[in-house]
Amino acid sequence: MGDTNTATAAAPSANNDDHLIEIIGMHKWYGDFHVLKNINLNVKKGERIVICGPSGSGKSTMIRCINRLEEHQKGQIIVDGIELTNDLKQIDAIRREVGMVFQHFNLFPHLTVLENCTLGPIWVRQTPKAEAEATAMEYLSKVKIPEQANKYPGQLSGGQQQRVAIARSLCMNPRIMLFDEPTSALDPEMIKEVLDTMIELAETGMTMLCVTHEMGFAKTVADRVIFMDGGEVIESNEPHAFFENPQHDRTKLFLSQILGH
Amino acid sequence: MSEVQSYAPGTHPDMEAPVGQRGIMLWLRTNLFSSWANTLMTLVGIYLLYKIIPPLLHWVVLDSVLNANNREECQALGTGACWAFIKDRYKILIYGFYPIEERWRVNLSFVLLIFALIPILFDHVAMRKPWLIFSGIFPFIAAWLLLGGFGLAHVGTDEFGGMMLNTVVGVTGIAFSLPLGILLALGRKSHLPIVKSISVCFIEFIRGVPLITLLFVASTMLNYFLPPGTTFDLLLRVLIMVTLFSSAYIAEVVRGGLQAIPKGQYEAADSMGLKYWQSMRLIVLPQALKISIPGIVNTFIGLFKDTTLVLIIGLLDVLGVGRSALADAQWNGLAYEVYVSIALFFFVCCFSMSRYSIYLEGKLDKGYKR
Ligand SMILES: Nc1ncnc2c1ncn2[C@@H]1O[C@H](COP(=O)(O)OP(=O)(O)O)[C@@H](O)[C@H]1O
Ligand SMILES: [Mg+2]
Repeated sequence: MGDTNTATAAAPSANNDDHLIEIIGMHKWYGDFHVLKNINLNVKKGERIVICGPSGSGKSTMIRCINRLEEHQKGQIIVDGIELTNDLKQIDAIRREVGMVFQHFNLFPHLTVLENCTLGPIWVRQTPKAEAEATAMEYLSKVKIPEQANKYPGQLSGGQQQRVAIARSLCMNPRIMLFDEPTSALDPEMIKEVLDTMIELAETGMTMLCVTHEMGFAKTVADRVIFMDGGEVIESNEPHAFFENPQHDRTKLFLSQILGH
Repeated sequence: MSEVQSYAPGTHPDMEAPVGQRGIMLWLRTNLFSSWANTLMTLVGIYLLYKIIPPLLHWVVLDSVLNANNREECQALGTGACWAFIKDRYKILIYGFYPIEERWRVNLSFVLLIFALIPILFDHVAMRKPWLIFSGIFPFIAAWLLLGGFGLAHVGTDEFGGMMLNTVVGVTGIAFSLPLGILLALGRKSHLPIVKSISVCFIEFIRGVPLITLLFVASTMLNYFLPPGTTFDLLLRVLIMVTLFSSAYIAEVVRGGLQAIPKGQYEAADSMGLKYWQSMRLIVLPQALKISIPGIVNTFIGLFKDTTLVLIIGLLDVLGVGRSALADAQWNGLAYEVYVSIALFFFVCCFSMSRYSIYLEGKLDKGYKR
């Protein structure tokens, strides 16, 4: 707790240009419950970060603070040079640049796959409909389901739905992608198709923050793995060192539980 | 057991189900005679139909009288319903005391109403957009046609009556209470404390008071609050009260629908950068309203039937006109005929609404069954 001073000393003006996300001394409470404790995290452009940790450790809450689905109470979050405050304009500006993929896909069931993908560009970015549809088809091809464009989400398998969700986010042309356990709600045979899509996305140089327990994905794709427990970042390291030589007992315990059985 | 046949795995053909497991026999057995209780019910049902249908048929059709000049003639000609009475009076049941030479305006308004409803009710019509614009300005056209002015003879709202009055109150109430109810439902879920508390107070107050009380308030007490000297049309007050009353119910029905929308839908909309009104209009309301259709139509049906309550504050709706017709010495005592006709009018209207709601649910369901 003593290092809060040094953390807050880094003023937003002094932020490093290639830092797309800066989280400085961030705290969050749910009522009296201190969920996030002094989070400090810098994400460079093009960096791919995997966040892991036991259930309830605050992983979701942390990445949801980045696009203001949750509000933090102390410290700073600066995304793409814009600080998150109560200013709705800035929140909207940040949300336009940050795509999010959810555990349960959260596709809009009353719209077709194509309409799911064009909704954001048309209403948020004021893209003409024809152009938005062309872009959407392009991304649907990239996630390998262009032929499902006119179906409704309820007619697709879980893996297909999640790939649509990824395409939907990409259609907004975001600078950062957040993933919150994108494969945990999927049947085992569908996990790979989604992970493959994410690996391809990583290869395009997208900045990614990904909460996942897919350690294979972390090893191949991540530049850095972050371990959280009890609302704190316990350990942060490049994947090789993280898996081969974890520093903290809690990390070791977690890794043994997740890789062990 | 002679024809035990074997097939190589993967080559088994589809076969017909045994007799008694399909077709009309199956239907009869599962639906009418599946158990002794079911069989008993079926027999009781058949007996009741036998007791009810023939006398009804006699009264309504076979023994009824279509042409007569008064009740005595009717009774001499047949023992069934005296439809001659309704034939003599149907105009007043429809138009009330609307001036006879101006009644074409009511007819025209009604035709235009149907025309305005088509693009609202059905989305696959050609040229829907310009057509909807017409629907949007229809209320003004109807008000002009019915009230007069600008070249048409003026007709006071005190001359409105009969089914026409019920329709005016019902359609206006329905048209305005839906948007107001949606706003109230959203207001009740709002994060802004003032908006929220106003919505909650309004809804709870209106729902806690009988409609008749509100109508009495409309007819008497409002004068208290208005600046002296202002006149404020009684029908307009009734329209406002009926709209407010039904909007509170709509609000609760829609709130139920909103409650059913998963949090993830809001989050997906938010994370995309949609503004509040955009996410409501594009994501949340289409789903919430779809769930709410049965409740909304139920409220509308209730509202439409409640339009007869205006009788109590002295407006002569179809029920009022019908009762006054009963007082006629020539046709004394033909209450059944009048009330059956009025009931039929309401039944046709309400049943249509109910069928439409089922049609709409079916249509909206098609795309995205989960
Ligand atoms: N809306 C909320 N209100 C209160 N507590 C919450 C809320 N959301 C999450 N929590 C609590 O915050 C903690 C962290 O949750 P979460 O970020 O979802 O964990 P993780 O994603 O790591 O499993 C958990 O203990 C959870 O119970
Ligand atoms: Mg989580």
